[in-house]
Amino acid sequence: MAYDYDKSIRPGKLPHIWCPGCGHGIVMKGLIRAMDTCELDRDNTAIVSGIGCASRLPGYLDACTLHTAHGRAAAFATGVKMAKPEMNVIVCGGDGDGTAIGGNHFIHACRRNIDMTYVIMNNYIYGMTGGQFSPCTPTGDKASTTPYGNPDPIFDISKLAIGAGATFVARTTAFHATQIDKLITEGIKHKGLAVIEVLDDCPTTYGRRNKFRSVVDMMKRLKDISVPVAAASKMTAEQLEGKTLTGILHQEDKPEYTAMYKEVIKRAGGAA
Amino acid sequence: MAKKVALLQGNEACAHGALYAGCSFFGGYPITPSTEVAEVLSGELPKIGGKFIQMEDEIGAMASVIGASLTGAKALTATSGPGVSLKQELIGYACIAETPCVIINVMRGGPSTGMPTGPGQSDVMQAMWGTHGDHAAIALVPASCQEIFSETVRAFNLAEKYRMPVQVLYDEIVGHMREPVEFPEPGELEVIDRTAPSVGPEAYKPYDTSFGDVPPLAAFGSGYKYHVTGLNKAEDGFPTTKADLVDAEERRQISKVKNPTALADIESNEEYLTEDAEVIIWAYGSTARSSRYAVNELRKEGIKAGLFRPITLWPFPEKRTAELAKQAKAIVVPEMNLGQMILEVERVAMGACKIAGVHRVDGEPINPGQIIAQVKEVL
Repeated sequence: MAYDYDKSIRPGKLPHIWCPGCGHGIVMKGLIRAMDTCELDRDNTAIVSGIGCASRLPGYLDACTLHTAHGRAAAFATGVKMAKPEMNVIVCGGDGDGTAIGGNHFIHACRRNIDMTYVIMNNYIYGMTGGQFSPCTPTGDKASTTPYGNPDPIFDISKLAIGAGATFVARTTAFHATQIDKLITEGIKHKGLAVIEVLDDCPTTYGRRNKFRSVVDMMKRLKDISVPVAAASKMTAEQLEGKTLTGILHQEDKPEYTAMYKEVIKRAGGAA
Repeated sequence: MAKKVALLQGNEACAHGALYAGCSFFGGYPITPSTEVAEVLSGELPKIGGKFIQMEDEIGAMASVIGASLTGAKALTATSGPGVSLKQELIGYACIAETPCVIINVMRGGPSTGMPTGPGQSDVMQAMWGTHGDHAAIALVPASCQEIFSETVRAFNLAEKYRMPVQVLYDEIVGHMREPVEFPEPGELEVIDRTAPSVGPEAYKPYDTSFGDVPPLAAFGSGYKYHVTGLNKAEDGFPTTKADLVDAEERRQISKVKNPTALADIESNEEYLTEDAEVIIWAYGSTARSSRYAVNELRKEGIKAGLFRPITLWPFPEKRTAELAKQAKAIVVPEMNLGQMILEVERVAMGACKIAGVHRVDGEPINPGQIIAQVKEVL
């Protein structure tokens, strides 16, 4: 039986703004399946985003949706979660939004280990503004502001999240559609800050400038560079050159922030 | 039973005023000279099940406050000039998304780091014009510790009533000065909560103007699912670029504050010996206290001086300022900046009387002697 996405999508809000071939729609469908698998009550679920193509995602979903300012999604979401810890909080957005202008909020949300699920769509570029390089644009690649090739080194978003203290970090790609919802499901179930990095494609502003002849080529690349964590353990460093690990990269149990604050309330003699 | 009276610093009075108003969330970042507001609330909020969070930066603090407010909490942040500069984009977000919240700005000088431990009144134009785009602003300027308490309560009331950010500005002198503060009994000061929707979730629109210029606001997690954005939006909360809808939205966000009924509700001024005054000293915050002393001294010398003290600075008290400009020979505007509100006084007076400023930005308060000298000079 075909999966029924319509019950989660706001009537009249499609078509979406994303270009043909963009992977954000694949991620959105994965998120819908994950929310369903976790039986999230959408009345009690906030989906928070920043600015950019990926940040338009919440508007399509039937929930409490908050499209904030550029880079600030994690900080707005922290306010929502602190004020109403019983709400499910999902954050989504792109690589520039989350790790450049929003980098400080991102690492501190990870450090606090506040119970939110951050789905970060990494398409290596600022798409909405026309293809300027982001902290994730590979060194040497072309962007509208790196006509001679990008001199900047990149952020590895998942490593950044682990280093900053996130207690669940996973990575997949827009090619691995069914893995997206499995990992988001695990992230939602995890108590603490979960980051799910989805390597994504932007054929319009990144692909064209970097010699990808088609969306299929971009998808094929996502497939080719991916190595599941388990398989990687049996591979040599040489074999892993240029590859990206996928699956659950890091998971640990640590006290969650709103639970810690409940203890503060107890110590102060208050009733939560 | 006698009321509780405590010797409080202005910043402490602010924190207790916020609690009286029902504040249940504080998101902040340390900055002199406002930090005591955060320190007091970090101790008091958890006692009542409220939430205190020290965010990673000023912008994050403002973001957390808006997020918390959307869940129904009365939310507060406190900062000073550099922090307000950083918060400006999100103050604009709270304007367009019509989210109630209160921002305390304990003013120091500037620009940039300036003199962090000295007083200033140089953020008064920033309070109105700091964020980009057309918008309305409400800013209150208390002059004593007691008034900081009550104006903080009023700031929450106005934020909730008009669904917008409200700023409370006081200079470092009042922020760090200690005065006896009488705690009002519960119910003694009015406490206003935002209007909740009267329709069910299916019919709810977050910017439904059939309920007036200030549509009811549902809390996230209360059964109402809706969309909030910083883009220009239609009544259903979703983005629009339709010219007529954008125009109506932009104009309503200003008219909800600037219509005559709202203005009468929001404006608050104090006048002292203005009835027969030939010279008006137009002053706010701690500068108004020096001005009151100056008025008394001038009266002893037979000079008919009076004090006009705005407590609501924005919207600007246009009507009363214009009337006083017609009545008086001169208006003297002392302020701890190099001439900000004097520009508004000049605009409204339209040449009806002489206008002169007394300005000081060296970290020292304006003393009565300076004001008296300027009054004598201008008359």
